Amino acid sequence: MSVLKFFSRRSSAPAARERLQLLLAHERAVFGRTDLVATLKDEILAVIAKHIAIDPEKVRITTDTKDTLATLEVDIEIRTPNGGLKLAG
Amino acid sequence: MAEVLVVTSGKGGVGKTTSTAALGAALAQTGQNVVVIDFDVGLRNLDLVMGAERRVVYDLINVVQGDANLNQALIKDKRVDSLSLLPASQTRDKDALTAEGVERVINELKGRFDWIICDSPAGIERGAYFAMRHADLAVIVTNPEVSSVRDSDRIIGLLDSKTEKAERGETIEKLLLLTRYDPVRAERGDMLKVDDVLEILSIPLLGIIPESPEVLKASNLGSPVTLANPISAPSRAYLDAARRLRGETIEMTVPTEKRGLFGSLFGRRAA
Repeated sequence: MSVLKFFSRRSSAPAARERLQLLLAHERAVFGRTDLVATLKDEILAVIAKHIAIDPEKVRITTDTKDTLATLEVDIEIRTPNGGLKLAG
Repeated sequence: MAEVLVVTSGKGGVGKTTSTAALGAALAQTGQNVVVIDFDVGLRNLDLVMGAERRVVYDLINVVQGDANLNQALIKDKRVDSLSLLPASQTRDKDALTAEGVERVINELKGRFDWIICDSPAGIERGAYFAMRHADLAVIVTNPEVSSVRDSDRIIGLLDSKTEKAERGETIEKLLLLTRYDPVRAERGDMLKVDDVLEILSIPLLGIIPESPEVLKASNLGSPVTLANPISAPSRAYLDAARRLRGETIEMTVPTEKRGLFGSLFGRRAA
């Protein structure tokens, strides 16, 4: 078991990579380096905000590339005054 | 036509001065006329790494302020005669540099050298701006480590907005020099890989310099590593990088130390 644990121990480089990608997406938006994630975030938010009240602080956008597959993950927290979720416009 | 190259990183201690000396010497070894300029006013070190610390009489500030001319301030390397050093001032502060003065010095150097290599100070203050200001291309020295990659990203943003070339609407060429790389640790998953850093920073790769004790040995002796031990792994990586700067296409590898029988038997290089 301990041998298995040794071989399956989690390496740290992927964590470094993920943390950097997330951080730099935000910093590039702030410091002005043209950045696709920042542009996408603004435009996606604008579209959604037309129909649903959203808190810009509760939005998380991440991108990831694995081999030939690139993913864009948009995570938006939506709350209505009574705490329930209400999507009907 | 002279090429003005800035060696920069944002973060300190990643190998800017080592790389300036090594690339400068490597380019000079191929017959190019090279001057390396230390922009770290108040904390000069390029003279020490190049072994010229006892030959400094006049410096960049003296030339910028008109107290000395370039002939008086330039120090010719004793090993490679097409290599010169323009040292920074150790006693003055960085406010002694002026935009007009730096521009005049760079323009004068353009008439004399093929390569003008500006060793940037760490940080993003005046000295760093002056070092990058007139650059045609930038070498971003980065360690495979989170804080270094983050600072490099910031510097790339500044190069794209604060340089003369950027202000003219042109793009400044930016090349990544990955230093202190350890392929074994990267393979084990405990260090960012070359591809990780390339993907995050999205700039072309100039070279991969392996972590090596030869770099410290060379600076102990006051010699660019490419002159101190040209066959060592970091030297071969720097020499390849210099040839890429000259437009040659060279396969990208991470050089490793060639061990002799003695070294292989005892697991370390014979000194």
